[in-house]
Amino acid sequence: MTQKSKIRARAAALAAGFEAAGAVPVETPVLLPAEALLDLYGEDIRGRAYVTSDALRGEQMLRPDFTVPVVQMHMAHGAEPARYTYAGEVFRRQEDDAARANEYMQVGYEVFDRENPAASDAEVFAVIERALKGVELRAATGDMGILAAAVAGLDTTEARKAALARHIWRPRKFKALLDRFAGRSEMPARRAALLAQEDPMTHGFPDIGLRSQAEVAARVAALSEDSEAAPISPLQVELIEALLNIRETLPNALEQVRDLAVDLPAITEAAFRLRDRIDALAARGVDVENLEFEASYGRTSMEYYDGFVFGFYVPGRADLPPVATGGRYDALTQVLGQGREIPAVGGVIRPGILVDLEEAA
Amino acid sequence: MTIKLGVPSKGRLMEKTFDWFGARGVQLSRTGSDREYAGAVEGVEGVELVLLSAGEIPRELAAGRIHLGVTGTDLVREKLGQWEQQVQEMAELGFGHADLIIAVPGCWVDVNTLEDLDAAAAAFRATHGFRMRIATKYHRLIREFLRDNGVADYQLVDSQGATEGTIKNMTAEGVADITSTGDTLRANHLKILDDALVLKSQATLFRSRKTAMDDEERKVMAGLLVKLGLDD
Repeated sequence: MTQKSKIRARAAALAAGFEAAGAVPVETPVLLPAEALLDLYGEDIRGRAYVTSDALRGEQMLRPDFTVPVVQMHMAHGAEPARYTYAGEVFRRQEDDAARANEYMQVGYEVFDRENPAASDAEVFAVIERALKGVELRAATGDMGILAAAVAGLDTTEARKAALARHIWRPRKFKALLDRFAGRSEMPARRAALLAQEDPMTHGFPDIGLRSQAEVAARVAALSEDSEAAPISPLQVELIEALLNIRETLPNALEQVRDLAVDLPAITEAAFRLRDRIDALAARGVDVENLEFEASYGRTSMEYYDGFVFGFYVPGRADLPPVATGGRYDALTQVLGQGREIPAVGGVIRPGILVDLEEAA
Repeated sequence: MTIKLGVPSKGRLMEKTFDWFGARGVQLSRTGSDREYAGAVEGVEGVELVLLSAGEIPRELAAGRIHLGVTGTDLVREKLGQWEQQVQEMAELGFGHADLIIAVPGCWVDVNTLEDLDAAAAAFRATHGFRMRIATKYHRLIREFLRDNGVADYQLVDSQGATEGTIKNMTAEGVADITSTGDTLRANHLKILDDALVLKSQATLFRSRKTAMDDEERKVMAGLLVKLGLDD
């Protein structure tokens, strides 16, 4: 049997397991219209996906993952609640590391259900964990919703909260903004000079381009307003940093999140959601006492995860990509649903890595 | 049998390259008619001159079809992934200086840094319903630079020439291009962002790491490098 057919067989077995768990098998195109993906992810996706085109349909992308086409398919004609499984190749450009595969199989399990998000989170995790049974892996979990709630609850302007929320997925930029808003870094000299001018809008240039002078004036006004806003307090910055540093087993992490919620009441709801998820995971037989939780986990992955996130890794093999990853992407269904939305959570397994591991064993 | 040296096929870049080699005792020249891309090498045996578009030289080096090539650092870094594993920088030739920069309209008084650009892009997207467009031909370099500097809500639009004109033509809001004097930018009412020097480029002699050489070719290469003063 060739390597590819071994991987296909393994993928089929995984998909059969997901079907037995209640998922309906679905197919998606390999070529996706580039526009929707570009609008969602921006230029980052161009760095990761192969783009091609023809004169009739314009830019197309070789599917970089299944999530977007599966959500689109569900939003177009899916009944609720729904469980889907799929198996097929995805394509990723690898321009910096020739050792990483640019084409590989993914087998996925996705749940679209409004009823009980904690139960759906636990279901997806438990189904994936069961499918990986017998392979020695380390599981990591996180929750993008807790940091988002903490940012929303900061005692500062809406503009600053929006700026921080926009960069949750870019840790370095997030920290730079937090430092700026906390008064820990200086305002750039040119900006200070601009705001000191009597009429900042005077310049010797003609008005060119699509971005109008009204838009420029609006941002100058926003900068001026921001320069007068009080800094975010050292206590709140400390709380955010303490939150980001949480790295514990789930029950201990919950304790720490609750502790922070005393001073950061905005994360109280998120702490309840974490507790409900732990209970739901335990009810599914997951060993939550020993399951890791990292508050920063998922911050550098694809931007669409906005709640529970998880991954399964080969211990001692940092060179290998994760064997499985997943998470909740409620906001993505809003964006793709054009006015409609449905809470959704899912995960994928890479059977190719499983086959490699089994052969090496 | 021979060492192939790729050189830009026209213009000042070709002339200055010929001068650089000439000053080191290797005479390069074009032969035949003005329109024929053929060349001759004097002063050293076993070296063949290949005249190519400067933009194609990185690819030819990476493919191992030429042993040495003269082109800009900007083009090598844009066109080759993991460029250091494919080519080796032998010498900076001291001409063809150009900076890859990002520029925006001078009338944007609120935008002088990448932080400003990111914030303006967010507001622009909210107002116009699409991502702020930056026109460039350096897609890879600019995408990596903007990602490393935390700029989001932009998109790159391809522009292979007259890039500075795209803003007035409303097909882009900003540009990322090479400039040596900044004259073209000023003439098009643009200003360079304070912290957006992506790359300093100049004409550079590269050696391909992808060519297989026989003993004779190795000898020719060694002799050529001695002559050029690059044998250390």
